[in-house]
Amino acid sequence: MVRLRRNFLPYLFLAIPIIIYLVWVIGPMFYTFYLSLTNWDGLSSPQFIGFRNYERLFTDRVFFLSLTNNMKWLASFVTVPVVLGLALAMILNRAVPGEKFFKMSFYMPMVLAMVVSGLIWGWLYHPRGGLINNVLVGLGIVEKGPGWLSDRALALWSIIIVAIWRQVGYVMVLYLAGLKSINPEFLEAAKIDGANDWQVFQKVLLPLLMPVSVIVLVISVIDSLRAFDLVSVMTRGGPANSSSVLANYMYIQAFNNYRMGYAASIAVILFLISLVFIFIYLWRVMQDELEY
Amino acid sequence: MKNAQAYFKSPWRVLIFIVLVLATLIWLVPIMTSLVTSIRTFNDILYRGFISWPEEITLGNFKTAWERGGLSRYLPNSFIITIPSLLLTMLFSSMGAYALARFNFRGNRLIFFTFVGGMLLPFQVLMLPVFKLTDFLGLYDTYWGLIFFHTAFQLGFCSFMLRNYMRTVPGEILEAARIDGCSEFRIWWRIMLPLTLPAIAAVATLEFTWIFNDYLWAIILLRSEKLKPITAGLASLQGQFVTDWPVIVAGALLGTLPTLLVFLFLQRYFIEGLTLGATK
Repeated sequence: MVRLRRNFLPYLFLAIPIIIYLVWVIGPMFYTFYLSLTNWDGLSSPQFIGFRNYERLFTDRVFFLSLTNNMKWLASFVTVPVVLGLALAMILNRAVPGEKFFKMSFYMPMVLAMVVSGLIWGWLYHPRGGLINNVLVGLGIVEKGPGWLSDRALALWSIIIVAIWRQVGYVMVLYLAGLKSINPEFLEAAKIDGANDWQVFQKVLLPLLMPVSVIVLVISVIDSLRAFDLVSVMTRGGPANSSSVLANYMYIQAFNNYRMGYAASIAVILFLISLVFIFIYLWRVMQDELEY
Repeated sequence: MKNAQAYFKSPWRVLIFIVLVLATLIWLVPIMTSLVTSIRTFNDILYRGFISWPEEITLGNFKTAWERGGLSRYLPNSFIITIPSLLLTMLFSSMGAYALARFNFRGNRLIFFTFVGGMLLPFQVLMLPVFKLTDFLGLYDTYWGLIFFHTAFQLGFCSFMLRNYMRTVPGEILEAARIDGCSEFRIWWRIMLPLTLPAIAAVATLEFTWIFNDYLWAIILLRSEKLKPITAGLASLQGQFVTDWPVIVAGALLGTLPTLLVFLFLQRYFIEGLTLGATK
């Protein structure tokens, strides 16, 4: 009798969380798959049309443009913030004078809402009044500064810079925690064996930081696929869709053009790309579990 | 000063330090620029150039953003949405985490991995069904529609973090309570939760900023201006004061004040929350 109650108990604790999670997260995920096979305007009931939405995706120029932009975002995210964040973590891992101030300066962008970052940077990028063009013109580098957010070639990269500005602190935090967990004796041992600083970094530190790097990679990829707020606030995907990313294109298709079925198929593509990285993360958590 | 002397013992260190200072200054430029902009007028900036001594200093931009820009409505809305979401998430996830951390039962791992995988989902894959569900429940364009979604989605991350922390609590304490005839709910509430407080504080600090800063779900699940939180409100402000950048920037600064204060006072928890999952 007591055993029975003990077996029943965990489900009692989990009942509410599981129900909420199933209804708001897991169920909707599967429902999106179904919606992607339908024609739906959001009001009438969805009509099943098979894989027609996906066929249309393949001939949609803006879809491919947005996908390419996501990939540019992703490529920037897994390189620039990772290198900068690791470098900063290495520098700030020992007692640097003013350490607290430096750390805080790099952490701060993380706590600002994306919308706030987007607005603040939108002003920095302002063609006439913005600081960046004022400095460029003031130093005589250019005669008339470019329209950072209104130039097709520059808009996306201008937004990615803001995203990087936010991300560096995050990567730095993760690597700092990783460095703290490394036993200094490993580094001492390598030094005694005659390794120089670069060799210690390359042969000892980097491999030891591998678990953190996996997390950083997954988070960077997921964040770059989720990208929405900055684009929405800074350019709305323009000019001429040049800074559009999948999330924004999907939002426009769903809530401005009422092509919800089509929007769902874009979401499914996004999901499939992120699935690979979700599994990498799960694999990493599984490793921890086995060790435990 | 002794520290400084020890640090600067090699010329390399001096060079690295200079680079560090420069990088930090560059990182702070957007915030500094915003602070300077928010107390000037747009005409003053346009005609005299940004890099100039301001003709007059004014707090008028903050007043305009607060009154005419509607921040006096948006900012309280953000708290009305964030605080219940935060409390509900912490309550439910600490219950679930306790079961996952402390009981062996069928489906434990499956449920755990579902939570972990779910926290990484791209939001877009939930957007349309959650929109429809919220509408179906009659919660579209209400605070509760948004609160329920945040609670549900954040359960994944919070359960993951709290469960891992709860596994490190020594089992003897719980066993002793059990032998004394303590019910499991009492053990969870009176023993497990107090012991998990450091992790709860870290996760809650992080969650506060995440929920407070949400923009996507606010524009999907809310329509009325009078219900919008600050993030969606700032986007409206941008539309309303298209060219008056000092007002927009002043609004953005006001809007970010709560998360900035949380960060300044609870920085330790914020950082701990971020690193809880990444390293053991």
